[in-house]
Amino acid sequence: MEIQHKAVLMDRDQIRRAVKRIAHEIVERNAGVEDIVVVGIRRRGVYLADRIAGYIGQIEGYQVPTGILDITLYRDDFQQRWQTPHIGVTEIKVDINDKIIILVDDVLYTGRTVRAALDELIDFGRPRRIQLAVLVDRGHREFPIKADYVGKNVPTSEDELVEVHLSELDEIDEVILAEKPA
Amino acid sequence: MITLKRRHLLGLDGMSANEINLILDTAESFKEISERPVKKVPALRGKTIANLFFEPSTRTRLSFELAEKRLSADAVNFSASTSSVKKGETLRDTAENIQAMKVDMLVMRHGATGAPHFLSQILDASVINAGDGTHEHPTQGLLDIFTLREKWGDLKGRKVVIIGDIMHSRVARSNIFGLVTMGANVTVCGPPTMMPPHLDRLGVTVEPYLREAVEGADAVNVLRIQLERQHTSLFPSLDEYARVFGVNDDVLKLAKPDCIVMHPGPMNRGVEISHDVADGERAVILEQVTNGVAVRMAVLYLLSGGEAPEIKSEKSEIQAVADTEV
Repeated sequence: MEIQHKAVLMDRDQIRRAVKRIAHEIVERNAGVEDIVVVGIRRRGVYLADRIAGYIGQIEGYQVPTGILDITLYRDDFQQRWQTPHIGVTEIKVDINDKIIILVDDVLYTGRTVRAALDELIDFGRPRRIQLAVLVDRGHREFPIKADYVGKNVPTSEDELVEVHLSELDEIDEVILAEKPA
Repeated sequence: MITLKRRHLLGLDGMSANEINLILDTAESFKEISERPVKKVPALRGKTIANLFFEPSTRTRLSFELAEKRLSADAVNFSASTSSVKKGETLRDTAENIQAMKVDMLVMRHGATGAPHFLSQILDASVINAGDGTHEHPTQGLLDIFTLREKWGDLKGRKVVIIGDIMHSRVARSNIFGLVTMGANVTVCGPPTMMPPHLDRLGVTVEPYLREAVEGADAVNVLRIQLERQHTSLFPSLDEYARVFGVNDDVLKLAKPDCIVMHPGPMNRGVEISHDVADGERAVILEQVTNGVAVRMAVLYLLSGGEAPEIKSEKSEIQAVADTEV
């Protein structure tokens, strides 16, 4: 089954600018970065979280801590799946109590991944605030969840796929709109 | 992506290196959960697991129960001493009654070899062998291999020596099957009365003398002398066993300097293992216990993942059972 690529939604420069802008917005909205922890959702959210933390470091001269969430065990569709998904390791090494958590994912779609991530995060402590940053918001929410920082809003149909490629994993930075294989 | 294409874990005999690695990789991820402030994930929420222990056990049972609870499954316990087994109920009836209460998985220890295999053929629930007779104890074998893999990365070409009552040890048998599959060189050592015939067919070296066996070893796995079997006169006395087959610092000088010492517990200190070795720097006995919970979580998680709606049809049910037969 060949996936039909329809359009490039974001190229390398657009991704860089969007992530940089999100970093600026995070600094501005929180009036500083001392209590911020940037947590990426496996897999591509992890690299975006690292990039955001890097830009925040450039802007404020302060390296904010990062963490990794693997939400596999908190999914709501696990019992309906035939294949057992591979589980990565969750790495939350800092105390998140009373911190401001910036949760980072590549695409915001139904909101179910974010729901699972919120549940898992809360098992690690009681953050003061959790904010959500995504590279692409493609709509079609099934849960009442809204992103605080969005790289690009993309109206899509449910027959389409949004694929994010990041150089750390895919050798190239781009966001692609594709047709779901029939 | 490789998946565990079986519904039951009955033994390591016939399990592929890929399957073993899948379980151990998953266990690696699960290990971190036991370090969290909230030691619990919702992965098996709504699943009911019955622990059927027809033989006494503290460690294995507690380890399984913790693994179940950390995955949010509902665990119920059953021990033969307080059940209607005392009233003469057959194994089949007991198991079918428990299944009639809609249990998803059974963890079972039984004195009879093959008891879990029998149940796996008549029940819809997944069956996990927690030790059957003198046959296998697969989760112990997996956690021993996990512990070694954690230290070495790869087991290929490593010399692992299993010492003790090989004949009656299900731990030994599961270790042999798993270690040979993972490419380790396995040597077994023990009194001739405790050594089953034709062991070389399993791909292991039999060495009757402890010093020769331990020479150049990367790891030794010291088995428990089952004091309850002492009346069968397999060896003259505990003192003599300790002198001839007891693992102490002196014997370990012949092994590699960083040789790992394992014991499945419970230990008879001063019999099969000396105090200085049991408490020494090379012993990983408590790490084995920690790893046991993670490995059992991985097994429960992977087996329950294979329980999709499609398997409910009668045809695939038979197919699924056939898949597990080795």
